[in-house]
Amino acid sequence: MAKITAHDLAKKQKEISVAEFFERNKHILGFGNQTRALITSVKEGVDNGLDACEEANILPDIYVEIKNHEDSECRLIIEDNGPGVVKKQIPHIFGRLLYGSRFHAIRQSRGQQGIGISAVVLYGQLTTGKHAKITSKVESDRPAVVANLVIDTNKNRAEVTGKDTVHWEKPTGTRIEVSIVADFKRGKKYVYEYLQSTSIVNPHAQITYKEPDGTVHLFERTSEVLPRKAIEIKPHPHGVELGTLIKLAKHTKARQLNSFLKSEFSSMGDRTTNAVIDKAGIEKTINPKTMTREEFLAIHKAFKKVKIMSPSTECLSPIGETLIKRSLKNETHEISPEFIITASRPPSVYSGNPFQIEVGLVYGGNLPKEEPVKIMRFANRVPLLYQQGGCVTTSAISSIDWRRYGLTQPSGKGVPTGPAIFLIHVSSTLIPFTSESKEAIADVEEIENDIKLAFRECARKVQHHIHKKVRRAKTREKFDLITRILPEIAKKSANMLDKPVPILDPIITKIMDIVWIEDIIEYEKVSREPVQTTLIGNNPEGQKSGGTITKSRIMVVNYKRDPQKFNLYAIIPKDAVVGTINPKPSKITSNFIKWNLDAIPPANKIDVIFELAGLEQGDFDENDLYIENINPTFVIGADKWEGE
Amino acid sequence: MVKKDYSNVIEKIDLVAAKIYDDFQQTHIPSLNLPTRTKANIKFDDNLNVWKYGANTTERSAKSLDGAYMLLRTMYMADFIKEMIKINKSSTLREMYYISEGWDLAKFHSQQESNLLAEDLEVITSCMREDFKLRPEEDGARVIGNLTIEEMTRNNTKKKIHCQDDVGDAGYSIPYNVEPEKINIKGTDADFIIAIETGGMFDRLVENGFDASHNAILVHLKGQPARSTRRFIKRLSAEKNLPVLVFTDCDPWSYRIFASIAYGAIKTAHISEYLATPSSQYLGVTPSDIENYNLPTDTLTKEDINALKSELTDPRFQDSFWKGEIKLQIKIGKKSEQQALAKYGLDYVTDTYLPEKLSEMGITKK
Repeated sequence: MAKITAHDLAKKQKEISVAEFFERNKHILGFGNQTRALITSVKEGVDNGLDACEEANILPDIYVEIKNHEDSECRLIIEDNGPGVVKKQIPHIFGRLLYGSRFHAIRQSRGQQGIGISAVVLYGQLTTGKHAKITSKVESDRPAVVANLVIDTNKNRAEVTGKDTVHWEKPTGTRIEVSIVADFKRGKKYVYEYLQSTSIVNPHAQITYKEPDGTVHLFERTSEVLPRKAIEIKPHPHGVELGTLIKLAKHTKARQLNSFLKSEFSSMGDRTTNAVIDKAGIEKTINPKTMTREEFLAIHKAFKKVKIMSPSTECLSPIGETLIKRSLKNETHEISPEFIITASRPPSVYSGNPFQIEVGLVYGGNLPKEEPVKIMRFANRVPLLYQQGGCVTTSAISSIDWRRYGLTQPSGKGVPTGPAIFLIHVSSTLIPFTSESKEAIADVEEIENDIKLAFRECARKVQHHIHKKVRRAKTREKFDLITRILPEIAKKSANMLDKPVPILDPIITKIMDIVWIEDIIEYEKVSREPVQTTLIGNNPEGQKSGGTITKSRIMVVNYKRDPQKFNLYAIIPKDAVVGTINPKPSKITSNFIKWNLDAIPPANKIDVIFELAGLEQGDFDENDLYIENINPTFVIGADKWEGE
Repeated sequence: MVKKDYSNVIEKIDLVAAKIYDDFQQTHIPSLNLPTRTKANIKFDDNLNVWKYGANTTERSAKSLDGAYMLLRTMYMADFIKEMIKINKSSTLREMYYISEGWDLAKFHSQQESNLLAEDLEVITSCMREDFKLRPEEDGARVIGNLTIEEMTRNNTKKKIHCQDDVGDAGYSIPYNVEPEKINIKGTDADFIIAIETGGMFDRLVENGFDASHNAILVHLKGQPARSTRRFIKRLSAEKNLPVLVFTDCDPWSYRIFASIAYGAIKTAHISEYLATPSSQYLGVTPSDIENYNLPTDTLTKEDINALKSELTDPRFQDSFWKGEIKLQIKIGKKSEQQALAKYGLDYVTDTYLPEKLSEMGITKK
C-alpha cells in the first residue's frame, strides 16, 4: 500500500460548514426524531417572537398554526406582533446559524447561541426540500415584505429566491411559514403543553394556537405589564475563563491593568482591584495588551482568592410571585385547586453567574391523587419538556421529605405522589444546561440549594395553610351544628312533649366557646377617571381604562360567654394601596392596618371593612389576620400577632 | 293471650325527649348517656345468671357534630315509634331505614346505623325492640320435635301446631315475635333440646329420625341465631325445664354462637335475661373431639387465631372448660366442621357421636 503523506491528507481536509455540521448532528439541537422536531420548531419560533416583542417593548401577541395535510409533513406558521425584521437582515436572522445579537451580552435571555430559528428553517429545507417563507412588516404605513429563503449549507448563508410585498393588517410583525417533516399525532399533546407552560411563565403574552383540525386554543394574557428589562452587565471575575480574560485584554481601551479590571468586569471597585493585583504580584500600571500568559494566569488565580462582591442582579428578570400565582390560577382554573402557593429566593450567584429561583405549588382540586406530582420546569421563561430525571430541579425536589406536607413519598425520597403541580423557574445570565438541546439544568450545588430552600418555604406555607384549614373546618362543623342541627333537636323534643321550643342562644355560646373571624373578599371593577387625550378616538388599543378594587369584609363573632376586647391586624399585600377603612383603625403602616376593637358582647358580631386598590382580581384571596391581647387558642381565623 | 299495653313504652320514650328538653331549659349542652356496648363492659349478673352491661357509660353529646346528629336521629326515631304505637302499626328495621330517608338532616347513611340506633334506644329506655313495634328482616329458624305450639295467627285465631305431625321436613318456622301474645308453648315430652348451627346437620338429624329416636327437639340456628330463636329456646327451656345442648362447628365463630345462647351477646347484653339460656351446654364439636375422633380438619387462618385469642380475654369464656379447649385449639392449629363426622358414614353422627357425647354429659344413660 502506498504511503499516505500529510500532503495527501491535506487534500481531504476542508472546512465543515456549520449548516453541514447541523445536518449530521441535528439530534443535538433537538431535532432527533419527528416528534421532537415539531416541538423544537414551535419552541424556537415562539421564543423568537417573544424576544422580538419584548425587545421592542410590545406586549406579545403570538399566533401559532400547524397544518398537517400529509401524515409526516407539517406546515408550521408562527406570527408575532414584534417590530419586524428589516429586509436586508431577513436572510441573516432566519437563514444563518450562529448569528444573533444576544450571544455576547451577559443578561437573562431566552435564546443565546443564535441557532434557534435558523435551525428550524434549515431542518425544514433538509427534510422537505421546501423553502421557508418569511413575512415581515417594520412600519405600520408600509406594506409587508415576503421572502422565500434558500440556505446554502456549504456557505452558512441564505439566499432570497422570491421577494414580494403584500398588505398585512398588523402594524408591525413577523410571520414565518416553514414545512417540516414532523409527527403531529404524537407531538400534539406536547405542543399544547409547551404553549400552555409558556403562557404561565409569560403572563404578559397572549398565545393563540390553531390545530390542523381547526381547534383554536387561546392562552390569555394575565398581565398588562412587560417584564422588567434585563440589564446587560459586564462579566464577573468569578465566571470568566482564562481565554476570555486574555481576549478581553486584547480588545480593551484601558492602558493600565487596574483600569482594565475596573472597566471590563463587574463588582471591581478600587479596593477589590488592588487586592487582586497585589495577590497576583503584578505591577498595576502594566499595559494589559503586553501581559504574558503567566501574568494572566496569576490574575485569574487571584480572582478566586479575593473576596469579590456578587454581580449586580439587574441582569435578571424574574417573573414575580404575584404574576406566577395569577397565571397558575388562570391556567388551572378547570382543576379548581384548593390553593396556590408561591415562593421566591433572593438573587444568588454560581461561578460568577447571577441566578434566581422562583417556585409555585398548586394543590388539590381535580388533580390526580395517585400519580406523581407534575413538575413544570422553566429556564429563563422557557419550558423544559424533556429529561426531567436528569435535571437539578428534580433532584432538589426529590431530596425533600414531602410526607410531612400531605404528599406520599415512599421512604421520604424521590418525586412525591399526590394532587399537586410544582413549578420552578430558574433565571440566570447563563443557565448551566447539561447539553446543547437545553432540556435539563446541570447539577450546580448553589442552584440545587436555592431550589430546596424555595420549596421548603413553599412547603411551610402549605403546612400553615392546611393547619389553618383543618381548624377552620372543625369549627365550621360546629357552626353547621349550631345553625342547623341544634334547632332541630330542640324543636323535635319540644313537639314530642307538646311544650314550647326552648331558647338556644346560651347553648350556642357554650358549645362554640371561641371568637370566630372570617373574611370575605370581593372584587369590584371600576372605571378610572377618563384619560385626557388631545385627539378624540385616538386612544390606542390595549390601554385599558379602569381597575379592580379589592374589598375585604372581616366578620368577628364572639361565641364566648364573656365580652371580648382585643386588637386586630390585617396585612396589606405588596403593591396594594389602602382605600376606605371602617371602623377607624388605630394605626396604619405600609405593611398593616391595626384596629383596637370595642368590646364585643357574647353572641354579637362586628364587621371590619377595608378596600385595596392596585391589585388584579384573584391576586389576593385570603387576608393575613392577626390578633393581640386575647388568648390565641380562643380565636379561629387569625394568628397571634408577633410584632412587626 | 293478652293485648299488649304500650303506655309504659310511651312513657319511657317521652323520658328521653324530656331529658333533652330539660338540658336546653337548664342551658346544659344536650346529651344522653348509655352503657358502653363493648366486650370490656360486660359483667356477670349473679341474680340473673347472665352477662349484662357494666357500669361504663358512653355520652352522646351535642358538643360534637357526630353526637348532635345522633341526638337528632334519636329524637326522630323516638317520635316515629310513638307514632307507630299510636296508629297501631309495626315496621321492619329495613322499612324504618327507608322511612328515615324523609327525615332530612336526621337520615341514616346505612341500615347498619339505624339498626344500631334502634338497639341504643332499647338500651336507653330498657324496652325491647318488640315494644317499639320494630321487627327484624329475617325469621327465626326451624324446629322439629315432639312439641305442641299454640300460635295466634294473622286472622286473630289460635292455632295448635305439633312440631312433628303438623309440619313437613323443614319443620316449624319460629316467628319473629315469640312473646306470649303471639305463641304459647303447650305440651312436650322431649328430654332435651339440641340447637344446631348448620342446615346440613339439622337435615341429617331429621333424615335419620334423631328427634324421634332420642326424644329430642331439634332447633336449627341458621348461623348466629336471631333474637327470636334465642328467645324461643330460652322460653322452651325455662317453661318446660329442658336442658339445651349446642351443637356447632369447631371454630371460634361457633363458640360465639354458643356464648350468645348461653351467656348473652355483647350487642344485646341489655336484654340478656330475656334471650340467654344460662343452663345451655356446649356439646361439640370441641377441639378435643378433633383429636378423639380423628376428624378431617382445616388449618386455622390468621383471623381464626385472632378470634380465639380475643376469646381468651372475653369475660364469658373464662371457665376452665373453655380456656382448656381454646388453648388446645391454638396449639393444634386446626378447625373442623360438624359435617366432618360424615367421614365415618352418614349415620355415624346419630348412631355413635351424639349418643356418646350425650351420655358423657349425663343427658342420656348408657
